[in-house]
Amino acid sequence: MTRPFRLGELFAWIRAHGPWRWATVELRSRGYSGRTLVTAVPYLWLLLFFLVPFLIVLKISVSEIRLAMPPYEPLVTWLADHVIGLRINLKNYAFLLNDSLYWKSFLNSITTAAISTFICLLIGYPMAYGIARSTPAWRNLLLLLVMLPFWTSFLLRVYAWIGILKNNGVINNVLMALGIIDEPIVMLQTNFAMYIGIVYSYLPFMVLPLYTAIEKLDQSLLEAAADLGCRPVKAFFRITVPLTKAGIIAGCMLVFIPAVGEFVIPALLGGPDALMIGRVLWEEFFNNRDWPVASAVAIVMLFVLVIPIMIYQRSQGQQLGAHR
Amino acid sequence: MASPRPDQKNEPWKDPGAQPYVRVEKLTKRFGDFVAVDDVTLNIYRNEIFCLLGGSGSGKTTLLRMMAGFERPSEGRIWIDGADVTATPPYERPVNMMFQSYALFPHMSVQKNVAFGLRQDKVSSSEIDQRVAEILKLVRMEQFAKRMPHQLSGGQRQRVALARALVKRPKLMLLDEPLAALDKKLREHTQFELLNIQETLGVTFVVVTHDQEEAMTLATRIGVMNHGEIVQIGTPSDIYEYPSSRFVADFIGSVNMFEGRLVEDEPDYVRVASDELGGTFHVGHGVSAAPDAVVWVALRPEKIVLSRERPEGDGDNRVEGVVAEVAYRGDQSIYLVKLASGRQMRVTQPNMLRTGSGDRVRWDDKVWLSWDSSSPVVVTQ
Repeated sequence: MTRPFRLGELFAWIRAHGPWRWATVELRSRGYSGRTLVTAVPYLWLLLFFLVPFLIVLKISVSEIRLAMPPYEPLVTWLADHVIGLRINLKNYAFLLNDSLYWKSFLNSITTAAISTFICLLIGYPMAYGIARSTPAWRNLLLLLVMLPFWTSFLLRVYAWIGILKNNGVINNVLMALGIIDEPIVMLQTNFAMYIGIVYSYLPFMVLPLYTAIEKLDQSLLEAAADLGCRPVKAFFRITVPLTKAGIIAGCMLVFIPAVGEFVIPALLGGPDALMIGRVLWEEFFNNRDWPVASAVAIVMLFVLVIPIMIYQRSQGQQLGAHR
Repeated sequence: MASPRPDQKNEPWKDPGAQPYVRVEKLTKRFGDFVAVDDVTLNIYRNEIFCLLGGSGSGKTTLLRMMAGFERPSEGRIWIDGADVTATPPYERPVNMMFQSYALFPHMSVQKNVAFGLRQDKVSSSEIDQRVAEILKLVRMEQFAKRMPHQLSGGQRQRVALARALVKRPKLMLLDEPLAALDKKLREHTQFELLNIQETLGVTFVVVTHDQEEAMTLATRIGVMNHGEIVQIGTPSDIYEYPSSRFVADFIGSVNMFEGRLVEDEPDYVRVASDELGGTFHVGHGVSAAPDAVVWVALRPEKIVLSRERPEGDGDNRVEGVVAEVAYRGDQSIYLVKLASGRQMRVTQPNMLRTGSGDRVRWDDKVWLSWDSSSPVVVTQ
């Protein structure tokens, strides 16, 4: 007599003997658990959307340009007699080193980003401090105001600055109407306008991590410093700044890294000499249609930015280790 | 507690000619409509350990913070060693504070934390090293000088906080709930250590605490605070044995409080008839109150004698009741005795005999309670 087939029994059997059982027991015995699964998600994400594209860009950067679609030679070719040909072309990198345009624009980008980051820090720190020390009701309102610009498109905000800064723009019109100046001051298409644009756009990224760090600072530490004879200004540099270091570094990273690659603001507000690496990359890719060189620029840029991040991560890791 | 501190023997607060070292005069602090500290006047003498004792919201911490300079008084003045410091910012006061949270700088080692105050005073680095080493030795933390605060236990942090404040040799040392974060054993141990350190250095201490045991152990004098006012100032034994009000009697230790009527009022004794007691108190001190006035009698549980037999003689200061509860505490037992009026009276007796030996009072036993006429205290408010 055959027993009636029950689906539930099959599942029970699979659970007891099948690969599921094997996988859970095996993984657990090696120290993996549900937590591994959760942390696997960001790793998968990074693998899929960061590492794979990175490898593709790396591949293009070591290939040769050709007039075809896609516009570069394949890396791997099948030759006769079962021979696989692998052509790694470092000419693009050599080209970057030889042509002063590239390292100059790299240098220019880093200088511009560094100056913008510094200005953001100078403006952002007092802002964050003020917000963190205000009453809870005010604090929420002020934080909302910091984030308010994000509700408008980034491009619109940059165009609004054009309207403010141009020769017949708001500032010049007001100053001329008041009779303070006769000729309009040229502000648009200068470094000044570019810095205004970058600082304005990236300031919230500086303020928010700083706010978090300052808000966490224990007020009694400042009282203790005052009690021990330390004047407020000195206490700020001896206590507040070191204890909000993590926020300062996080804010600077969040401003510096995108500012290095910024090309919209320099293109729209900056002068013709504002050669940013992002703009060079754009022109290489879309105007010259030289994908290999553009990719090489992107790879070099990545390493220029990754190295300081890694140094920062290391110091953070050491600090965390020390706190345990 | 018998203390060898010289100033307790001198009792400068009893000498009208003595100059107070710290003087707080008519100090008031308002936060909006709320009066945190209300017209407080205090004299604290050199080398005292003065405890401000009160519940939460009694204003004791605000008073301390005004002495440190963190809060500006709304009214009144503060003098330290003859100088008016009311408007002096905290970083210029000859005062150091030990914070309840200890407030150690987390990014500095123990050595740097302790040296911080001396650095501000531009002391030479060789002197800093020497003084830091000295004070760390005094609080027995010398081998932890290189550690960071997060690597220390609660008790060790407390010592570092103490050392950091003391190393500046302040005229006045303020301690905000210094032992609250420690467990009971460590707290008792640290109390005596604190006394030793204070004696060695001869610094004047003002201690804020909500823990009456801590106040009793440490203080030369206690100021009991309630609703922003100082309700009584006195030595620990004064406060305990002669509370001036129902609040103080109730706040310090446990007490049996009976409402009664003044029936006999003589300069050296009074008699108070109490319906709650179902008898009359004969109290061996005079009272300034009108005859027939309603007064309260406070009687400490440990001052009551519990016996099965009726005490000899006749008259006041005795009452009969039934044991309603017995709580065995090891060193002593607490009895709740129900009186004829329905009131319960709390009695504590030391357990001089081991459990199981001798005739012990049990639940539902009929007992007699009696006390000496020097034990009860009459309070009029």
